[in-house]
Amino acid sequence: MSVLEIKNLHVNVETDQGTREILRGVDLVINEGEIHAIMGPNGSGKSTLAYTIAGHPKYTVVGGEILLDGENVLEMSVDERARVGLFLAMQYPVEIPGVTVTNFLRTAKTAIDGEAPSVRTWVKDVRESMKNLKMDSAFAERNVNEGFSGGEKKRNEILQLELLKPKFAVLDETDSGLDVDALKIVSEGVNRAKANTGLGILLITHYTRILRYIKPDFVHVFVAGRIAEQGGPELADRLEEEGYDRYQVAESAAE
Amino acid sequence: MTSTAMPTAGQHGLVAHSDGAFVPVQTRSERFRSVNVEDFAPVNGREHEWKLSPVAAFADLTAGELDGSTLPIETTEVAGIAVSRISRDDARIGAAGTPEDRASANAWSTFGEALLISVTGEDEKIAVVTRTGLGDAPRAAHTVIEAAPNSRGLVVLAGSGSARLSENVEILVGEGAQLTVVSLQEWDDEAVHLSSQFARLGRDSFLKHIVVSLGGKVVRVNPSTHLAEQGADIESLGLYFADAGQHLEQQVFVHHDAPHTRSRVTYKGALQGAGARSVWIGDVLIAQTAPGTDSYEQNRNLVLTDGTRADSVPNLEIETGDIEGAGHASATGRFDDEQLFYLMARGITEGEARRLVVRGFLTEIVQKIGSPDLEARLTAAVEAELEGR
Ligand SMILES: Nc1ncnc2c1ncn2[C@@H]1O[C@H](COP(=O)(O)OP(=O)(O)OP(=O)(O)O)[C@@H](O)[C@H]1O
Ligand SMILES: [Mg+2]
Repeated sequence: MSVLEIKNLHVNVETDQGTREILRGVDLVINEGEIHAIMGPNGSGKSTLAYTIAGHPKYTVVGGEILLDGENVLEMSVDERARVGLFLAMQYPVEIPGVTVTNFLRTAKTAIDGEAPSVRTWVKDVRESMKNLKMDSAFAERNVNEGFSGGEKKRNEILQLELLKPKFAVLDETDSGLDVDALKIVSEGVNRAKANTGLGILLITHYTRILRYIKPDFVHVFVAGRIAEQGGPELADRLEEEGYDRYQVAESAAE
Repeated sequence: MTSTAMPTAGQHGLVAHSDGAFVPVQTRSERFRSVNVEDFAPVNGREHEWKLSPVAAFADLTAGELDGSTLPIETTEVAGIAVSRISRDDARIGAAGTPEDRASANAWSTFGEALLISVTGEDEKIAVVTRTGLGDAPRAAHTVIEAAPNSRGLVVLAGSGSARLSENVEILVGEGAQLTVVSLQEWDDEAVHLSSQFARLGRDSFLKHIVVSLGGKVVRVNPSTHLAEQGADIESLGLYFADAGQHLEQQVFVHHDAPHTRSRVTYKGALQGAGARSVWIGDVLIAQTAPGTDSYEQNRNLVLTDGTRADSVPNLEIETGDIEGAGHASATGRFDDEQLFYLMARGITEGEARRLVVRGFLTEIVQKIGSPDLEARLTAAVEAELEGR
């Protein structure tokens, strides 16, 4: 039974104007197979949390811990984190000119498994996953994310999720920019990955609509760098109706 | 920064020089040229053709006496590509061009016999001519590569080991011929190599000219192409990888001088390590004699570390209103940390991620060479550069 624990996490970012405190004590425990939704207003620090889990060098952890099955994640390099089973589906996936999707996927799979995948099953798996995500097979020979539409980039992230089989995935606004059909396809991909591997999921989103397809076990409201409230799926419905005003009023009063 | 440009006032007529005075800009084809070294003033480094080069590092090649004896070469016999020597008074010498700088003229004034690589016959074939271990004394050389009308072939002129070499290479592409010439520089760390390469393309001929510079302290390969007859077509490619302390330079000139000529110039380079330096100057002249010209040139540099410098200067000069297309682009970008993060977040180690990105960047050139063996060899050479070997 795998578990990802985030304890009293404080994170700063260096900006041109100096150091900014962004995460101010985040506590979160995600067990294997659980889906946690994180919802919060723009700029509240959701992506910062996601990037910090993945180890992006821009973010400096100044306090707290991240543990995967008791192992100190903060001591691991970005690639080590991926190899122990953490995955971040990015809000804005970058283009990698000159590197084809096929080459990239095989290189990543080899790195994560520590050995090259068996050619025959691998090609079949890739083809199957692309088909499920309604990605044209021509994407395999295109350069990673180059010229992809917003929706195509998101599908490409979920394709990697399905093929790399992590233990925990952070999905940073995977739903934004998707039309309803694409949203369904992507959600099915996430649900498939969870059914196949018992994936634990941290789902970052602005909108409740993705929660119709990916059912959260827990919902956390993220405001001003920390979790302001948590509950079950019903909390999402309330947020849909009331918005974040309630929390922000409280926050600005505190500042 | 990418731009596509039509001629601007700065490329014709009058431009301001740093001293503030206005002087007329000379058309690229009217630069001073001579085969006689004495016709050039001693090099001081401020000349337009030298101002981006470390001239003090090779004063022996621009001013000193050169050893004009023939270079030792290694080659294997290939049917349809003959390698021989010709004397200075052979009619082919000077048929493709004339020196435009003092190092080139110095070599021209001193070489004894020239090397002739002669391509005949319509079947595809490859010859590799390697100059290796030329020693530390300054030398001169002259090479003529001649492709008979309608012939096909690929010639690799390679250099490795030690060298202090100033040379001229003339490439004569006969009517309807399709020739590929690869100038491959894999010299030792201390080597200096200055090479002026002149190509003259006959009617409906095609030359693929590829400059690959990986090794050497100072490597300066300046290819000029004269599209002298109707329908001539040049694909000019370059790939360079400058390490710490290395100066890799290429001044490319394409002269459209006949109707319906075409040129494509693509140079890509990577720079890594303190003092790694590259220079690319791309001059394209579309003369009045060249209606229907189609031309595009670009240079892209990938900067992998701090402390490097890449100069990239495209110049497009157009003297006729009747052209099919003309453009240029130049861009120098840093290795993108977000790309690195993305790849590493998928489990790929930093070294592997860097290799993937650089290989991806340079692959475009390697894939155009047209010889799987050579492509594999160059891919391996690029990987070795990346690993700092
Ligand atoms: N690299 C950075 N440099 C400067 N400021 C940053 C950086 N990254 C984040 N910030 C700032 O930190 C705050 C939180 O940003 P973050 O991207 O984590 O928010 P978010 O909750 O994901 O917002 P959104 O809903 O818009 O995606 C913002 O004010 C943002 O401007
Ligand atoms: Mg965000």
